[in-house]
Amino acid sequence: MMRSMWRCAALLVLLGWASGATAAITGAIQRQPTNWTAILMFGGFVGITLWITGAAARRTRTVSDFYTGGGITGFQNGLAMAGDYCSAASFLGITSQIFNDGYDGLIYAIGFLVGWPIVLFLVAEKLRNLGRFTFADVASYRFLQGPVRSFAAVSTLLVVTFYLIAQMVGAGQLIQLLFGLPYLYAITVVGGLMMVYVLFGGMRATSWVQIIKAVMLLSGATFLVLGVMAQVGFSFETLFARAVAVKTKLALESGLSPGDAATKGRAIMGPGGFIKDPISALSFGFALMLGTAGLPHILMRFFTVPNAREARKSIMWATVWIGYFYALTFVLGFGAIVMISFNPDYVGVGGALRGGNNMAVMHLAHAIGGNLFLGFISAVAFATILAVVAGLTLSAASAISHDVYASVMRKGNADPVKELRVSRITTILLGIAAIILGVVFEKQNVAFMVSLAFALAASGNFPVLVMSLLWKGCTTNGAAWGGAIGLLAAFGLTVLSPVIWVAVFGFDQAIFPYSSPALFSVPAGFLAIWLISLLDRSPRAALDKAGYPDQRLRSETGFGVHEAAAH
Amino acid sequence: MQTSPPADTIEARILADPRYAALVRDRQRFSWLLTAITVIVYSAFISLIAFDKPLMAQPIGGGTISLAVVLGAAMLVGTIAICAVYVVRANGEFDSRLAEILDKAK
Repeated sequence: MMRSMWRCAALLVLLGWASGATAAITGAIQRQPTNWTAILMFGGFVGITLWITGAAARRTRTVSDFYTGGGITGFQNGLAMAGDYCSAASFLGITSQIFNDGYDGLIYAIGFLVGWPIVLFLVAEKLRNLGRFTFADVASYRFLQGPVRSFAAVSTLLVVTFYLIAQMVGAGQLIQLLFGLPYLYAITVVGGLMMVYVLFGGMRATSWVQIIKAVMLLSGATFLVLGVMAQVGFSFETLFARAVAVKTKLALESGLSPGDAATKGRAIMGPGGFIKDPISALSFGFALMLGTAGLPHILMRFFTVPNAREARKSIMWATVWIGYFYALTFVLGFGAIVMISFNPDYVGVGGALRGGNNMAVMHLAHAIGGNLFLGFISAVAFATILAVVAGLTLSAASAISHDVYASVMRKGNADPVKELRVSRITTILLGIAAIILGVVFEKQNVAFMVSLAFALAASGNFPVLVMSLLWKGCTTNGAAWGGAIGLLAAFGLTVLSPVIWVAVFGFDQAIFPYSSPALFSVPAGFLAIWLISLLDRSPRAALDKAGYPDQRLRSETGFGVHEAAAH
Repeated sequence: MQTSPPADTIEARILADPRYAALVRDRQRFSWLLTAITVIVYSAFISLIAFDKPLMAQPIGGGTISLAVVLGAAMLVGTIAICAVYVVRANGEFDSRLAEILDKAK
């Protein structure tokens, strides 16, 4: 029973390899006793961020303030990006995965990091130079606004919705795990707070929620790592050797022969069953790598800094902090093996973690810093979800108010007061929808939703962005329809893959055998844009191509760049 | 939006400057080179894990730490390093070359 449950959990982790957020939270969730320390600390976090939101609200007057927060530095933006990206589920899920299987957790972490150089090399500075509020500003720069912005809005809403559902369900599970409160409370608290941050504070409040959370997460995890390393005399060799010894001893206790037990103990130092099928693995890798460069809420963060130079610094710092974070989780996973494996307070019979599969780092926090620190780490984990959903909501609200309402419906002549009103109404509707969807999808496997969000971003947004920025021959039709085909390919292949075709529809054999579509749908997106543009003989196509030198000049030099901090 | 800049605007002067074409070419080449390195190294890492797990589990230097751990750590550090390489050159050399071109055009 336990074994099959674990296998099921491992499968979910594999399916959700591409998941940014909650996907790594797998297996049965057991509600914990109400944790008042954590709730109080979380209350403190909310208090501080609400105070900041109040301050931000007083300074949010123009549409630009609302979307960009009036400019922050590259360093601050890098921290905010890290806050947006290092999810609670990576923190709990990866450490627990390492606690159980050893090395494999690191493969997952590396996949999340390698997208950042791609964003830096190919899109970041051009994005900053051409865009104002949303990535559609860039994708549609020299094209007919209607089709390209409509595509971008649809794709933003799709990506954001899948990502958001996963976050909401994860929030509900986390709060049962960490705070011991019922699911519905969690969903409502998250949805409500997210609306408050975005409605009143806009991008400025959202950025600061992310920055504060990143600092809390990084310093908390650093403290834990110092606690672990103190136990092993600050030697990695000792840490790993002890972890192997612990796993060997556990294997012996489970009745294996000494030889087999030694092999099993050693197994945590190398890759295990995480990557079975190289094509699926590479496909996941590409979804992660290229999806990061197409996530609307990440791209939107580039418009909060004043110029390309600061945009580059943003990514530099984001990469440093995210890489550091994943290095910490690796040490924490092994630290958990060493420090909690034989403690009956944390681990029950058969080596299962008390409180569910994802509790390794929580138990470690308790072992190192007692109840107070456990409360702190729980509060940080929950605050993480707030940071991510606020960023997501803001990008969806901007897609509706800036791309659909102001640019398409009002042809760029929207009254700023009305545009701001549209974005606030969108925020409220999204908040309500997020709460409802969170309840509806409570029992669903959310892992595939996050991987789908990454795959959609990689197959739709990324090709459109790259082709419109770098290829002279790209046309309105090519960008809008080609992007849509990329999106559809990602969506269609996901439906035909084992994740849905077998697991949801119950067919025996999946039509598309791999668990991630990106390796096929990303090239499909590029190919469609190329082919449609090539065959496009419309009068508009000539205009689109003629607009390239001007766009190129601006994207390369930042000449005539819209000031992010313009008031 | 105009399709081609009229003569003797700042845009036209930037476009006419041969240093502009050189800068764009150098930066483009540098971006694609680093992108290719990133994609190839990452794909190689995943393939190594997929195709040769025993090799990856091999201990290094007689201790417990395995090749997989060393390579994984190198991936984390290398990702940060390659970003740093780009940012140092872009924020230094490329930006100052760009500033000269813009100065002259104004």
